[in-house]
Amino acid sequence: MREGRPASFYWLAAFFGLFVLFLYGPMIAIFVLSFQGPTGGMTFPMNGVSLHWFGKLWSGGGIVDIKSAFWRSLQLGLMVMLITMVFSVLAGLAFRKRFKGQNLLFYVTIASLIVPSIVTSLGIALQFRLFDEAVKAYAPGFIAESYTTAMGIFTSGLGAHLTWALPFGLLIMFAIFNRFDGRLEEAARDLGATPWQTFRHVILPVILPSLIGVGLFGFTLSWDEIARSSQAIGEKNTLPLELQALTSTVTTPEIYALGTVTTGVSFLVIGLALAAILSLRARQARRGSDAGKGMV
Amino acid sequence: MPATKTAYAPPAWLQALPFAGVFALFFVVPLLFVVMVSFWDYNDYSIIPSFTTRSYVETFEGCYDQLPELCTILKTYLSTVKFCLIVWAITLVIGFTIAYFLAFHVQSVTMQMTLALVCTIPFWTSNVIRMISWVPLLGRNGLVNSALMNAGLINQPIEWLLFSQFSVVLAFVHLFTFFMVIPIFNSMARIDKRLLEAAYDAGASGWQTLWNVVIPLAKPGIVIGSIFVVTIVMGDFITVGVMGGQQIASAGKIIETRLNALQFPPAAANAVILLAITLLIITALNRFVDIRKEL
Repeated sequence: MREGRPASFYWLAAFFGLFVLFLYGPMIAIFVLSFQGPTGGMTFPMNGVSLHWFGKLWSGGGIVDIKSAFWRSLQLGLMVMLITMVFSVLAGLAFRKRFKGQNLLFYVTIASLIVPSIVTSLGIALQFRLFDEAVKAYAPGFIAESYTTAMGIFTSGLGAHLTWALPFGLLIMFAIFNRFDGRLEEAARDLGATPWQTFRHVILPVILPSLIGVGLFGFTLSWDEIARSSQAIGEKNTLPLELQALTSTVTTPEIYALGTVTTGVSFLVIGLALAAILSLRARQARRGSDAGKGMV
Repeated sequence: MPATKTAYAPPAWLQALPFAGVFALFFVVPLLFVVMVSFWDYNDYSIIPSFTTRSYVETFEGCYDQLPELCTILKTYLSTVKFCLIVWAITLVIGFTIAYFLAFHVQSVTMQMTLALVCTIPFWTSNVIRMISWVPLLGRNGLVNSALMNAGLINQPIEWLLFSQFSVVLAFVHLFTFFMVIPIFNSMARIDKRLLEAAYDAGASGWQTLWNVVIPLAKPGIVIGSIFVVTIVMGDFITVGVMGGQQIASAGKIIETRLNALQFPPAAANAVILLAITLLIITALNRFVDIRKEL
């Protein structure tokens, strides 16, 4: 390339800097403000520094049950994470071969990203509503009497979240398998490994770090999801939904404290995942090659 | 020999089955229900399974009589599309510039990845939190207003900073520029740098190189990013709600309002209309690039 840095570099670097400030500035503001003193309000200047609003959050003082919403969201997120990992790997393996309906499945998956979330959410809500009415009308009496609804966090809610997380999972799997060296499998096969052994001892160890990335994506997509949850989750809300409801009613830094906590959880999960990925990479580097070890 | 090699492997369709099942059960069938219910009748208590176009007729009620005045529904859609175009244009310019800087001006790959990650991290934080994080900055007593007042530039707080069209657009840009940066960066990273040198050696100016080499090659990323931003903004009701102070109408909000009133058929009819318009925009974008080929 040309010698030295052109003037445009400095303009673009400055632009990038401003963009990063724009991204982080407001978030830092609420992070700082969540440590307001007991008499502090929702704006600067700070009125003392304390953990008051976190304490209030934990004791559930006054506003809706944040603690159970928190656990619900966490459970749902972990469930979405697990299913996304398993189903995406299977589908990723399937897409390396040919099967009937392959293109259809691909376009349906992409369509799930493109169709506005509220439409998907409404569809799932209608589906469960009609199902409930059918059960009440046609099921035998002993079921119909006590039956209320099949809607819930782990039925309709889980399904709604999966339609959002799985497409990303599949796209990442495409990227992973694009880079995957097929000769490793061939070698395993030539040595007489069964498909399961090939998968367990060759494919899985190689893709595992990226697979954790898929899980991480699945978790955070679920953890922050609102639009798809809004109609499809049933009676009990997830944390982001509670948070959204709170934006119009709560006028104390408590909501910032909640924001800081959920952001903290996101970062904790990313940190754990990155640590896992790095340690797996290190393990691969350590044990991946027996070059120079000889036979002795 | 090949036959026995794959003898124990599960067939591909079986591996894809759980994945396909989720989309059949929670996406395809629900969409069919939306279309079906949009043609059903309803009363105050329930939905009635009998064919009618009532929901569509009522949605566009009076639209013809009021011409050339626009009826509420058309105004709402027009305003939604307007938001969509504004946000799309801003995120495209910012996203392209950022991606360009990362791909062509940052030399080491490690640095590129680090900076791209820096842009990605806020994406892992709840959207609602990122929305309310503007409150202490833009509110009546927020940082911006106090700073301007202290500087003596204004005498009273600017009201339109928060809960306005301005704050809605700002929040959209804040939340979703990420969806532009990453695909465009991805496309640009694949461009062979020698092409740029060739353009330079052939005497092209910076702008000519940008227009004739970089943009055409980055097109897939631009289209994918655009599709994301367009669909999100078209269907959004949360950002518009929170940042617009529940005062601004949008296509998504019509559906939400209908749902809150438990009027499922009109909600479904509006969902069908929204879907049709969104798909129309996507199809237009898709004419420029084959997504499947680019993945």
